[in-house]
Amino acid sequence: MAETVEKKKLQIAIYWGAACGGCDVAILDTDAFILDVAALADIRLWPLAVDGKYADVEAMEDDELDLVLFNGAVRNSENQKIAELLRRKTKVMVAMGSCAHIGGIPGLANEFSRDEIFNRAYLDNPSIEEGNVVLPVAEKKVAAGTLEIPHFHRAVRRLSDVVEVEYFLPGCPPAPDQIKAVLLAVATGNLPPAGSVVGASDRALCDECGRSKDEKKVTRFFRPWQIIQDPEKCLLEQGILCAGSVTRAGCGVRCPDSGMPCRGCYGPPPNVMDQGAKFISAISSIVESRDAGEIERVLGEIPDVMGYAYRFGLPASILQRSTRSQ
Amino acid sequence: MEYEPTIVGFLCNWCSYTGADLAGTARIKHRPNLRVIRVMCSGRVDPTFIMQAFASGADGVMICGCHPGDCHYLEGNDKAYRRFQLLKKLMAAYGIEDQRLRLEWVSASEGERFARLVDTMTAELKELGPLKLPPDLSLVPGPCPDPTAVREVTHG
Repeated sequence: MAETVEKKKLQIAIYWGAACGGCDVAILDTDAFILDVAALADIRLWPLAVDGKYADVEAMEDDELDLVLFNGAVRNSENQKIAELLRRKTKVMVAMGSCAHIGGIPGLANEFSRDEIFNRAYLDNPSIEEGNVVLPVAEKKVAAGTLEIPHFHRAVRRLSDVVEVEYFLPGCPPAPDQIKAVLLAVATGNLPPAGSVVGASDRALCDECGRSKDEKKVTRFFRPWQIIQDPEKCLLEQGILCAGSVTRAGCGVRCPDSGMPCRGCYGPPPNVMDQGAKFISAISSIVESRDAGEIERVLGEIPDVMGYAYRFGLPASILQRSTRSQ
Repeated sequence: MEYEPTIVGFLCNWCSYTGADLAGTARIKHRPNLRVIRVMCSGRVDPTFIMQAFASGADGVMICGCHPGDCHYLEGNDKAYRRFQLLKKLMAAYGIEDQRLRLEWVSASEGERFARLVDTMTAELKELGPLKLPPDLSLVPGPCPDPTAVREVTHG
């Protein structure tokens, strides 16, 4: 009897690729619900919180898992290998969080070549003490045998570039309520069609933002700390670069409600092919000038256009990565 | 065979397309490398179009509109100009050279100017060579078709 009950339990795995760990923390942020998850499900792999080894996953039958929440982008050979392994072992694969969904912050590395990234991390970096350069090696022979580290790919890819994904749960990190909703949906078998973006809306963030919106005419752009903002008024109208107009709603307007501009972590709304393209289009159209010199001055003050346009979604853009990253 | 660049041209209906038409009716010779797409206004050209053009194999993109102050819709070309400022920066970050993206004003009477612009851009791109995008670039989201296209690297 005990065994049948055991078998009915949901079999889940939670994994991180190229990620910061924030998504895992967001799962813990479901508070006491996490105890229900533990009662409802066997967590077979969760590097952040429970024991469980890759070998245990390899030993599983195909489709033995009911759900994998995969957060993080695919940056190296380990990310890819485990993504492929978990794909074989699970019925439902969820790309959780911005990194798995659209590439996330790690995706910004697609602007640079591997050599540039390597040099920046290990050689040319203000935090490296002079004479104390330590370089990683792919293989190292030690007394116990040979140690290996994963190989670094040419570019950051989304989870869906590597394996088939059933659902996308956007956000950096996704709101705990939405994580809860996804777990409950799987538990009750109440699933949307495969390929759906879950836990988010089909509208742009501006649609849910409560700030007053009037005419947008900007003569200077500000970073949030450069201006004392009007808490009631649209941030873009105040010259603060807000990505709300090109971002899918569903987060609960957390950033604009706390005085920070939207940075675009939920990715583009449906039918937008390229979030960054729409972002620069929106930003340039609100500049209040018809004078070439003035236009160049106003728009020239925006630092790091790439970083603003694709803060979370460079690998999901039409061009995906810079020609330097070959 | 000699390399011939492919240039996609977005020409506004009221000035530049008419200017290109004039080049044709006046039998002004120019290089055949420009693929023309007629749009109602240069202000209609979404940055998405430019990225799509490059991703689909264009070596260069030329946007042509009415001269400042002459826009049929009053300020569509100003909008194009503003968008172009950020677009240039974005393309540079993508590693796509400046010469591959141009915004030019061509009036309905400037058939000769249009022809010379096409010639100049073609010559510049010939010198620059084909646009080399990363090999596994795919417009279709989904599994990476060729895993070996993203080769692994070992440092050290």
